[in-house]
Amino acid sequence: MTDATTTAQSLPLETPASLARQTGLKQRPPRTLWGDAWRRFRRHRMAMAGMTVLAFLVIATLIGPLVYTESPRRIDFSKSMLAPSSTNPFGTDDLGRDMLARLLLGGRVSLAVGVSAMIISISLGTLIGSTAGFLGGRVDTILMRLTDLFLALPVVPLLLLLIFLFRDTLRRLMGPEMGIFWLIVCVIGVLNWMTVARLVRGSFLSLKEKEFVEAATMVGVRRLRIMFRHILPNTLGPIIVAATLSVGAAIITESVLSFLGLGFPPDVPTWGRLLYDGQNFMEFAPWMVLFPGFFIFLTVLCINFMGDGLRDALDPRQRG
Amino acid sequence: MGLFILRRLIISVPTLLGISLVIYMVLALAPGDPLAQFAADPSVPVEVRENIRQALGLNDPWYIRYFKWLSALLRGDWGFSFASRVPVLDLIGQRLPQTLQVLGLAYLLSICLAIPIGVLSALRPYSLFDNIATTFAFIGFSLPTFFTGLVLILIFSVNLRWLPFIYDSTLTVNSWETFIRQIRQMIMPITVLALFQTGTLTRFVRASMLDNLPADYVRTARSKGLNERAVVLRHVLRNSLIPVVTLIALGVPTIFTGAIVTEQIFRINGIGELLIRSIQNSDTPVIMAITFIFAVLVVIANLLADVIYGLLDPRIRYS
Repeated sequence: MTDATTTAQSLPLETPASLARQTGLKQRPPRTLWGDAWRRFRRHRMAMAGMTVLAFLVIATLIGPLVYTESPRRIDFSKSMLAPSSTNPFGTDDLGRDMLARLLLGGRVSLAVGVSAMIISISLGTLIGSTAGFLGGRVDTILMRLTDLFLALPVVPLLLLLIFLFRDTLRRLMGPEMGIFWLIVCVIGVLNWMTVARLVRGSFLSLKEKEFVEAATMVGVRRLRIMFRHILPNTLGPIIVAATLSVGAAIITESVLSFLGLGFPPDVPTWGRLLYDGQNFMEFAPWMVLFPGFFIFLTVLCINFMGDGLRDALDPRQRG
Repeated sequence: MGLFILRRLIISVPTLLGISLVIYMVLALAPGDPLAQFAADPSVPVEVRENIRQALGLNDPWYIRYFKWLSALLRGDWGFSFASRVPVLDLIGQRLPQTLQVLGLAYLLSICLAIPIGVLSALRPYSLFDNIATTFAFIGFSLPTFFTGLVLILIFSVNLRWLPFIYDSTLTVNSWETFIRQIRQMIMPITVLALFQTGTLTRFVRASMLDNLPADYVRTARSKGLNERAVVLRHVLRNSLIPVVTLIALGVPTIFTGAIVTEQIFRINGIGELLIRSIQNSDTPVIMAITFIFAVLVVIANLLADVIYGLLDPRIRYS
């Protein structure tokens, strides 16, 4: 301890740069929080593999339909249920539509559902959790009772019910595709914010007692700014992990709904819907089932591996 | 302890009331009419339809209907199914055994598989066995149940013709031959459900073991000369299972929702299949009853998890 103070006193003007010049060592760029996280993430081999495959899938669904110009909607009965070949790499469906084109289009919808539902559930969860944790007292009690209530709701039956009941009204209001898209996204998002809210509330409760919050209060920072600028960034790690995993969960939920016939209409080929359409032709055209199912599986697997890697990288205390 | 259970039971009453209100509101606010079938039928005159509405109490405001429904529910009168004119409770009573049979066995199987796999993984983390187990666990909970089900049907029913495609729930087991048939038709649904559940549970067992292995009491047990087997099974495993047991209790509702999909694939006429059919028929009393039963299950599972946690871990004190 004394050593450290004397050196600090004897070298009052040393900066890292001047030290580097004196000692002749090459100056390294400073290590940042996110840089450290990225280094830890890169060491997780499965997470890196997951990220690569997922990036490929996202790019393929985004620019694939521009490159691969086969129509996903043109019906041609003379080409009904053709096995995969060089003209139709993933085969054709019962109406002679090209499976690859439909899979690419469906992937767009499935991924969009996953990401949009994640944004809704994470925003809602963060907002409710941070309000409850920061304000405490009665607001906290009420919000946490609400969270408990939502946690006890039977999610899948309720999801099926909501979509069945409100499908037609929204279709009339917003058109067949956008109506059902927003309905599914909102319902999945609204029924999935609870774990994030609990996570954020827990972090807020411990962080708001820390010295840096006290210091910020003392220099006169407003409460809203303390909440969002000072405390929230410190809770980002677990939020990012939860966000990643919830994209996968939302994709699965959407495909379950489509599979039960309560998701997207037949003219919107999401991966779940393609599987639902294909199951009756499974004996004659197994590729109608295998490819959409495989893509759902691959996407969710990649997301789960990435979530695992992110947990190791951002939240080193909670390994598992 | 008794006081704690009592208090938890009392707290769960408002939760259940809240859930019943939410479910009721969703149905009451939704567009659509339970008598829509009559509206489309020209042979039912408007006055008759109006009389039916009056007789069913559909013209009352929603809160009156809610209280009527709730008080009837508490008296054990769950109403009649619109579609089949059978009391809802009878209908559910017919369907529940099929669901419980398949679900219970699947859950039991996944617990029996997950604990040893998780323990072995944690004892040698990042070894070959652990890597294989981890990969399988990730595949298990990333595979959507409907896809696993369809692939199994494709392989074992369509191509190999080993197992039956459709679950025959009228089958009564009274001889060796029917018993074998029952086993054969249960293999695929149980595999589908167990694969998913085992994946999740294995990860939890492994993580919990890894938390406990470096603990001081483990070092004490080793240094007093216990053999490794006793250290792992009697000391580490027992403590590691505390959080796992609560997770098993909390997972019961999840596996019930998994049943909805599995029953749809294998045409098991269980409670999940009943729910889907009732939703498609707008059969409100049945939908409400099943959704409410699911909610009660969630609440009971939560309560059970808390109580078990307290019983197993004396460090937890309820004040």
